[in-house]
Amino acid sequence: MIELERVTKIYPGSEVPAVDSVNLNIAEGDICILIGSSGCGKTTLMRMMNRLEPITSGFIRIGGESIMDKDVTALRRSIGYAIQQIGLFPHMTVYDNIATVPHLLGWDKKRIDERVDELLNMVQLPPDIFRFRYPRELSGGQAQRIGVTRAMATDPPVMLMDEPFGAIDPINREVLQDEFLKIQEKLKKTIVFVTHDIHEAIKMGDKIALLDAGQLVQYGTPEELLTQPKNRFVKDFVGADRALKRLNLLKVRDAMLTNPTHCHGEDPSETILEHMIENELSYLLVADREDNLKGYVNLEELQGHHGNVRDVVRPMTLTVKPEQNLKDALSKMLSYDLGIVVAMDDDGKIAGVLNSRTLVSVVGETYDERGGHWGRITTKGRII
Amino acid sequence: MEVYQFLVQNWAETLKLAWQHAWVVAIAVAIAIATGVPIGIWITFNRKAADIVLYLAGIMMTIPSIALFGIMIPILSMIGYGVGVVPAIVALVLYSQLPIIRNTYAAIKNVDPNIIDAGLGMGMTRMQVLFKVQVPMALSVIFAGVRVAVVMSIGIGAIAAYIGAGGLGHYIFMGISQTYDTMIQAGALTVAIMAIVVDYVFGLIENRLVSKGLREG
Repeated sequence: MIELERVTKIYPGSEVPAVDSVNLNIAEGDICILIGSSGCGKTTLMRMMNRLEPITSGFIRIGGESIMDKDVTALRRSIGYAIQQIGLFPHMTVYDNIATVPHLLGWDKKRIDERVDELLNMVQLPPDIFRFRYPRELSGGQAQRIGVTRAMATDPPVMLMDEPFGAIDPINREVLQDEFLKIQEKLKKTIVFVTHDIHEAIKMGDKIALLDAGQLVQYGTPEELLTQPKNRFVKDFVGADRALKRLNLLKVRDAMLTNPTHCHGEDPSETILEHMIENELSYLLVADREDNLKGYVNLEELQGHHGNVRDVVRPMTLTVKPEQNLKDALSKMLSYDLGIVVAMDDDGKIAGVLNSRTLVSVVGETYDERGGHWGRITTKGRII
Repeated sequence: MEVYQFLVQNWAETLKLAWQHAWVVAIAVAIAIATGVPIGIWITFNRKAADIVLYLAGIMMTIPSIALFGIMIPILSMIGYGVGVVPAIVALVLYSQLPIIRNTYAAIKNVDPNIIDAGLGMGMTRMQVLFKVQVPMALSVIFAGVRVAVVMSIGIGAIAAYIGAGGLGHYIFMGISQTYDTMIQAGALTVAIMAIVVDYVFGLIENRLVSKGLREG
């Protein structure tokens, strides 16, 4: 969708190129992250794509067409452009901000009205409340949403985003990122996204282009950058904790063990205890007949107990969903001293179990199914 | 109290003088806005011109007003307008340039470059960015400059009576030459009231014109 060929930028009066002969191919529907430390040329590179910066040499093609062949304002109107929150026009209402490009393109009022409402609904800002607010009447997160929405107003196939979530606190940033990814899943835009935050890059990017001193150092999927850093610079940039960063990439589904051993609430305690001692289990999951998780029992409490397991079952409230990432799973796992976390699907049934051992081995690439004494998972299904 | 009686007794003349005064100031300020605002905008594109223009406008302000009126007389008598309304208007226009140009220049310049960047990046032309983004955002500061110019012109306009332009300054000069205190006070008071009222009206207009999104709090 976007092709860069030997793109170079040399600012007048400077001898060192700000962007040095970059070749890049961005596939349709991908989010391509441009990342690097400040001054690496990432923003300059992005700004050349809509000709906010003149290109010194090289070619940029969007959808097969050279951007130099198009009228500059027509080119820019055809590309979504979002910058940090401050890019909203303070003297215009939310409505007028979003309608900027539609106005420039001469849409009629009815079409603009419908589009604005549609977009506001998409980002969960009720149009009746927000349509005529001014930017100063919005929270940071809301303003950011409007900024992104404005870039999408005419449904452009290509969007350029310069640290669109940069000015937001970490918690809200996560929310906005998730929301944005959800929207992107549906819309499948081709997006060039500038950031300096490697976590954001790994989370958002289909591809990451790492730049240093104007040169493209490595271009690949987040996975590739983390597992096969091309050189020392990439390794340092993605960080010593890159193994941990992979936790962000992998889903619970990828690592969980399905059909974990469990018992039912009405099972007799003695039998279950026997089974646990035999298999060196210190805890066991408890479910009902429909496989809904009820909690767990542990060895000490079963010892000497007569009756049903359900009398000694302990609740387990912190669970994960199979589509959550492993980082969430790890943090929940640490809340119990069992060394495991249970994945439940949407109707509350046990989908699988993760233990610390599988987590470690998944990120460390050596995979071992057997856990230790604690956190040990066997996959035999129901015992009796 | 005496001032009040004076004004009641001479109400017809006072109104006539106030009308003359307002008229001179209105024309002068209208011309000053029509020239100052475009100049202020233009110099935002040209650093060198900005330095020169602001310097000249600054010098203009340092000339004592009575001297400026005096200087006007020989210059304008060359085209037959040595005394009267014309030199008064010319002098007031010159005085008004600095606050208007300076505020326009500063306000347009101060618009956050990120916002201009957003406008250009979305495909606005340079002129669209100027008139749809920069000027509306600068409006309240430009207005502040205009209000300063208006209030100042009403004050300095009193001196225009000295070169035969009439206006409320007439009472002041007459009062001084006749050592008639009440007359001086009447002139000063009406000039002050006019300045306050006009400033208030401009404030109302400003409130209508400036976007609610730019208001504090």
